[in-house]
Amino acid sequence: MNSPGGRRRARGQLTLLLPALVPVILLSLIPLLRGVYLGFTDYSLGSPIRFNGLENYVRMLKDIYFWKSFEVGFVWTIVVTAAQVLLGLCLALLLNRKMRFVALYSTLMLVPWAMPPIIRGIVWRQVYDPDTGILNALLLRLGVLHESINWLSSFAYVIPAVIVAGVWGEIPKAAVFLLAGLKAIPEDLYEAARIDGAGRWREFRNITLPMLAPVMAAVVSLSFMWNFNTFGIVWVLTQGGPGGLTRLPMLAAYEEAFRYGYVGYAASIGNVMVVIISVVLFAYLRVQVKERMS
Amino acid sequence: MKTGTVVSRIAAHGGLIAYMVFLVFPLVWMMSTSLKSTPEIYSGGLSLVPGAPSLVHYRTVLAEQKILSSMANSFSVGIFSTVLAVLIALPGAYALARYSTRWNNVVLGWILGTQIFPAILVLIPLYVLLRMLFLTDSLLGLTLVYVVWDLPFVLWMLHGYVRTIPVEIEEAAEIDGASRLQLIFRVLAPLLLPAIGASVLFAFVSAWNEFFFALVLMKSPDLMTLQVELARFTGMEGQARTGPLAAASVLATVPSVLLFGVLQKWFSSGLIAGAVKN
Repeated sequence: MNSPGGRRRARGQLTLLLPALVPVILLSLIPLLRGVYLGFTDYSLGSPIRFNGLENYVRMLKDIYFWKSFEVGFVWTIVVTAAQVLLGLCLALLLNRKMRFVALYSTLMLVPWAMPPIIRGIVWRQVYDPDTGILNALLLRLGVLHESINWLSSFAYVIPAVIVAGVWGEIPKAAVFLLAGLKAIPEDLYEAARIDGAGRWREFRNITLPMLAPVMAAVVSLSFMWNFNTFGIVWVLTQGGPGGLTRLPMLAAYEEAFRYGYVGYAASIGNVMVVIISVVLFAYLRVQVKERMS
Repeated sequence: MKTGTVVSRIAAHGGLIAYMVFLVFPLVWMMSTSLKSTPEIYSGGLSLVPGAPSLVHYRTVLAEQKILSSMANSFSVGIFSTVLAVLIALPGAYALARYSTRWNNVVLGWILGTQIFPAILVLIPLYVLLRMLFLTDSLLGLTLVYVVWDLPFVLWMLHGYVRTIPVEIEEAAEIDGASRLQLIFRVLAPLLLPAIGASVLFAFVSAWNEFFFALVLMKSPDLMTLQVELARFTGMEGQARTGPLAAASVLATVPSVLLFGVLQKWFSSGLIAGAVKN
């Protein structure tokens, strides 16, 4: 690396990387660093920037809206991630068989993922609609309900309703990655187990799960990050309502910045999100390292 | 891969069909709504097949200047950001695949980093910066933002593919006196077509689907992207417009679903999943 040739190589590589690096540095890296910094200022749109240390975070501790937002953020992220991974795993196991129509199923299942997040929200708004929605129509017909429910503005039902829509949209992603992981497990492991007379469940516990663990860890931690940063679908479904019940952290930060103009405070919310996501990432990397060691 | 008994196969098909109904039904229902008359939509009926199918909602939507111009905006931002992203990623991907220096780790670290930081952190200073350059509320500004947004994935995908191409091909071209850029664009690019194709589809779909940046950066009604326009549609003014909203949503979904169907080939080949495993 330190030889003259090595340095020349590094320079040659840098020249080729430059067209990609310049826009990234200008429009991603610098704004990002600045964004982190703004989290330690009292900046609000149109006023000068003043460094205020940890004031934003002290304010956050006493801000009930912040706590509510992160509380629902955790509920949303954990439930959606767990459900998408479990349901995605079941789907992947079903698709990992030599059967007819598997190719068709594997294409069809991508539909929710392919849809723009905004349209996912619109689709579910229409499903939940109190006047025209199929859910109410169906439950009324079955006699489960006697009058229709406005699911998305009901304090009791809005969180489950939003979570169902979220899980629906995220299952395909988990299934695709887990299916690729299942396909990478060598077939002869199963054959050996069958010779030993292991049943389906033992096969699953002793071969599939341990072999799938690295992919699983990746899917869980990536999904956690993505779900924690969700914005679009919930924005369309509820705009964070009713009464802020579904105001996920990203919605809270967006509103602080662009509705109320508290840019510095919004950035500090972003910083707290980074810390939380980094913890998850760190846990994931530890799992990976342990896997490699053993 | 397992084959199993007849019973287990029937159970598997049953399970898969239940999944498909859950995953596909909401879209099918919306398509059905888009073809129903307004009275039928409000009748609370459960029929999936419209009583008297009509394209009236599509006609309504396509007669609206706002929807049409937002479609055109999304389309041009999608195309330009895709072309730019692939053009600047190609030399970079080559550099990452063929040299191994400390820059590799820097770039790979950044690709991972983009997953960690919530968009809001980038967005606030980006908004301030673009405003200074008169690039907020501008399709050019949005295009540039999408280029940077797509780059991690495109770079990653192309770099993985370059590595599968034997170096000997380049050496032959070098003997013919081709410059590095000629080599990348004339010799390698044709060999990289599958990966370029996947990157193009991915970048276009992600620009077409993007909402958050567009919501904040665009202000003029005639510069809105389709996603922002549709999200506003769900607000107050769209309350009584279930039919047209369904029609517009179907139109907005078609390109994404079609392109995704093509992309599926790459998913199943494990090219993308490989990125997760490494």
